[in-house]
Amino acid sequence: MQKKLNDFIPDEKGTVKNVNAEGKIRRRLFDMGVTPGAEITMRKTAPLGDPIEITLRGYELSLRKSEAETVVLEVTK
Amino acid sequence: MKFALAGNPNSGKTTLFNSLTGSTAHVGNWPGVTIDKRSGFYKKGGGNVEIIDLPGIYSLSPYTPEEVVSRNFLLDEKPDCIINIVDSTNLERNLYLTTQLLELDVPVVIALNMTDALKKEGGEIDAAELERLFGVPSVKISALVGDGLDLLMQRAVNAAKQKRAGRSVLDSGKCAGVINAIKELYIKDNISNPLFHAVKLVENDGIETAANAAFAAKAEELKKGVETGVFEGDFEGLIADARYRYISENLAAVQKKPAPRAVGFLTKSDKIDRVLTHKVWGIPIFLLIMLGVFHITFGENFLFLGGWLIPESFDSAIFGSGALNSPGVIIFNLMDAATSRLGEVVSSALPEGMWYTSMISDGLFGGVFAVLSFVPQILVLFLFLSILEDSGYMARVAFIMDRAFRRFGLSGKAFMPLVMCFGCAVPGIMATRTLENKEERQRAIFLTPFFSCGAKLPIWAAFAGVFAMYRGLNAELTVFSMYILGIVVAIVSAFLLKATIIKGETPPFIMELPSYRAPKPKNTIIHLWQKLKHYVIRAGTIIAAATVVIWFLSSFSFSFEWVGADGNPEGSILGLISKYVFRWVFYPLGFAMGENGWMFVVATLTGLIAKEVVVATMGVFAGMDGDEALETEGSELGGTALGGVIISVGGMLGGLNVAIPAMFAFMAFNLLSVPCMAAVAAARSELNDKKMLFKAIAFWIITAYAVSLVIFWVGTLYTLAFWAGFAVTAAIVAAIAGAVWHRLKKTERKG
Ligand SMILES: Nc1nc2c(ncn2[C@@H]2O[C@H](COP(=O)(O)OP(=O)(O)O)[C@@H](O)[C@H]2O)c(=O)[nH]1
Repeated sequence: MQKKLNDFIPDEKGTVKNVNAEGKIRRRLFDMGVTPGAEITMRKTAPLGDPIEITLRGYELSLRKSEAETVVLEVTK
Repeated sequence: MKFALAGNPNSGKTTLFNSLTGSTAHVGNWPGVTIDKRSGFYKKGGGNVEIIDLPGIYSLSPYTPEEVVSRNFLLDEKPDCIINIVDSTNLERNLYLTTQLLELDVPVVIALNMTDALKKEGGEIDAAELERLFGVPSVKISALVGDGLDLLMQRAVNAAKQKRAGRSVLDSGKCAGVINAIKELYIKDNISNPLFHAVKLVENDGIETAANAAFAAKAEELKKGVETGVFEGDFEGLIADARYRYISENLAAVQKKPAPRAVGFLTKSDKIDRVLTHKVWGIPIFLLIMLGVFHITFGENFLFLGGWLIPESFDSAIFGSGALNSPGVIIFNLMDAATSRLGEVVSSALPEGMWYTSMISDGLFGGVFAVLSFVPQILVLFLFLSILEDSGYMARVAFIMDRAFRRFGLSGKAFMPLVMCFGCAVPGIMATRTLENKEERQRAIFLTPFFSCGAKLPIWAAFAGVFAMYRGLNAELTVFSMYILGIVVAIVSAFLLKATIIKGETPPFIMELPSYRAPKPKNTIIHLWQKLKHYVIRAGTIIAAATVVIWFLSSFSFSFEWVGADGNPEGSILGLISKYVFRWVFYPLGFAMGENGWMFVVATLTGLIAKEVVVATMGVFAGMDGDEALETEGSELGGTALGGVIISVGGMLGGLNVAIPAMFAFMAFNLLSVPCMAAVAAARSELNDKKMLFKAIAFWIITAYAVSLVIFWVGTLYTLAFWAGFAVTAAIVAAIAGAVWHRLKKTERKG
């Protein structure tokens, strides 16, 4: 099943299929390791509902839901 | 020899740099941008090895100033060796930058840092395997403990003596053919670092394609033959992906035992994070921490012991009366006592009644001591902020606050700099350097004066005292109202700024949340010392110079005659221009009306230079003009003597009733206008743009003027007829709310 990163619930895991962001944000996501094939675990949402925290490649990354929306993943668990 | 230190943020770069260079470090600026450039000499290198600390970066993309600065340095300055510091507890992402550095024709040495932490977590790394993989020396170190640093430098010096040709992990990938073909073009043109340039060109890197349009056209042609799959022709993505793919394929061999976080276990850091960014408790905990910091720094009733543990009768100038002062206040008082004593000693040693005595004791000492008296509290504030920063909590603050700040065109990272402005705008403005996005930095700097700083508090306190005494207004409420006014103006103007002067989208927020680490005292002290030095030099010199200028303008007449013997600036340059020029400028704001209105104008003008002198200036006027009876009524200098001056303004306006709105207008102007010359200087170097600086100054003055104008006239309306005042207030609030709501809708629609 495919799902956007912003729709993930805590502890849900997925593998990145596609990154639809553009320009600067796209490159930034790639540089931070959000590339096709990367495994991502959703960690939590900030107390005010945004941004979110994810774990990938052994570290924690935070990004806004609007940015997470551009990342499409195949849910693995 | 010249070594460049390159690595990801939070990889321990600063720690390594400090250990290697010790006290030889020098902080400057990278050309054209406001990013610190630190350089120093290797302690054990006999002055032969210079180390330049590049900004912390994740990549060499063309998008952020940090990356561009690093890239230009590596290409143009041709360092003899790159020391690439890598966090071994976070290998996968850290090596991504390494794969880019390796493409340069520069010797590289990999410093595998944090091996102590890795060991504690139960991980193990194989440096020899990494060396084989990348073909460059790799040394395990711990910057914090000091392990492996000698070996690292030894190998770096050896590597620097040899030539090295760039190598790419893309060699075996889909793009290898294109890259090699382009590389040949660069070689033919005799351009150094051909591989690096070729890869950037294939990536469609904006800087590279602009510099070599002809090659770019050729590359476009060659690229047509490459199958790009899900990337649909996006070579930037394809190459980033290939780099990560290479790393993850080879990682297992290097990480003999991966750190537990790499396999998904909850580490200690994760457990701490669960509490500190908890859905429900995250914000209360955060508020408690902030409150604690401010309480310990500025509180006059430490731990709220007053009343039950400390007797009412307890009274000490230094430790507090009826309550115990917080550590910050105690050392503030100590410093204050010491400097006043010193001032007395010096001025008693100088001949009385001479202009130079006045210059030294009133002008110079007044200014220098004003800054020095702030140092202890700034120190305590910096101490806490350094601890929060070094522990990794600061990134979480940004994480928690981002949602609230985004609407204003700011990100969560802007919280800390702005909150520091409640202490002092100078470190606050200096801290905007941590904001990556230029527009965000500009917006934050524009807002800084609105957060009432420590030097403004005595003004509020003095006026609150007078209002309480003569009008029965609650003193604390008066002070509090100034803080609230500032925050409201900040919020409204943040919206306005985003819509007008500083357009541009809200900056993205893709940020690493580093692992929590217990801050090490040695690091914290170095950190603290650097910040404090910066602050004292910057604020100290400028405030001292500014107070001498004020002293001169208020002690000499236009014919350069000394008129300051009795302290009355009426006949001085400042007094005259206030009386005959600026008084009319400020006339609509109320406080400049009346016979003595010019005195407030003098105070306002000096306030533009340094807020510390506003109360002192009013005190001088009160001393010479104050009603005798009023002066003996109470003990507070600010309270009673000021009252005399205020009444004399009020007298001309038909009673104190009108004086109150006029005085609030005066306070509002002081709150919102140019904070002080030290802040202007800080803003100048952080904005790094003369036009923006002028815009900022104009923005502060116009905002201050407009808000004061409204306060005076609406306040006056209230004293005439309550309903009229109320109606106008309601109309203004509605108009502002409408404008803000409109903006909100617009940003919402945009997403
Ligand atoms: N355990 C451990 N911690 C380290 C080491 N080097 C740096 N740190 C810590 O890592 C954090 C970030 O270090 P810093 O030098 O500020 O990183 P920078 O952002 O790369 O300049 C700080 O809390 C340091 O105390 C190390 O070798 N071992």
